[in-house]
Amino acid sequence: MSSLEKTDIRVGTNYMHFVYKFHEAMVQQKLSLVYEGEVNQSITKIFAAMTENKMEESEDDLTTKKRVYHVMVECLQNICKHADELETGEPEIPGSGIIMVGRDQNLYTITTGNVVSNDKIDAISAVLSKVNSLEKDELKKFYKEKLRENKISDKGGAGLGFIDIVKKTGNPVEFHFEKLNDLTSFFVLKSSVNRGR
Amino acid sequence: MDALIIEATDETPKVVMDKGANEFMFAGKSLPEDVSSFYEPILNWLDSYAEAPNDSTKFIFDFVYFNTASSKIILDILFKLEELKESGNDTTIVWKYKEEDEDMEEAGEEYSEIVDVPFEMVSY
Repeated sequence: MSSLEKTDIRVGTNYMHFVYKFHEAMVQQKLSLVYEGEVNQSITKIFAAMTENKMEESEDDLTTKKRVYHVMVECLQNICKHADELETGEPEIPGSGIIMVGRDQNLYTITTGNVVSNDKIDAISAVLSKVNSLEKDELKKFYKEKLRENKISDKGGAGLGFIDIVKKTGNPVEFHFEKLNDLTSFFVLKSSVNRGR
Repeated sequence: MDALIIEATDETPKVVMDKGANEFMFAGKSLPEDVSSFYEPILNWLDSYAEAPNDSTKFIFDFVYFNTASSKIILDILFKLEELKESGNDTTIVWKYKEEDEDMEEAGEEYSEIVDVPFEMVSY
């Protein structure tokens, strides 16, 4: 990739080659949807609906389909509301990021990535590590506690998204922070939904 | 008291708050960008209703989907119905869900554990 980064791949045979490699990478990773760019409320609805339509024909049961839809909505609304600017670490309105949906025999994976201010890393890591560590019953209890306690923030979130994703999917999330500069990092979050048929 | 009727969109539910017809209902999806501004008039309507309610209030929750921000507001609404019940009103919550929708059933069960109002769980 390093040679590609240095050249403008949008010209000539490099680009043509890149398209093939990109296609190949998506097939290898079993990705059925990749989007990179601005994420606002209409994009959220469009992608959630697209996922819903794509799954409509699949043999997955209703609960699986609704979990994938739910994780998409929560992750996309997180990007809308909480993505930060690369250079300053200040809130980016509307947010932007990447979303990838993959599917294999047993799992759907929904992966998102967006820039966050380094100040947020500890808080995000703490809540994700906590929900990943909880057993099913403890998670239910924790969710009910937070559902009672939390208030709707001025950004319109209830601080329940991460907890609810792990609770509903029954799978821990994977996460990673790629340092970009002194102020910001790229936050990657991967959620998995078991396929039930 | 004026009824509050809101038609469903692809991100907000149909809302019926009609004291005259004795109908109280949410039906559809809830994932608005700004949950507070959508639900504020509904919470206010319920406050006014509580001042002079009907003899009994049967509140139907027929959600197909709601996001986590909506789940917080739904709890706020349920707490208002709990106050209504505590003030002596015969209040019932009807929680509807598709038979095969485990998560919607579980959401209803969880709310019924938090709020002290009779819940009727109705699958279809």
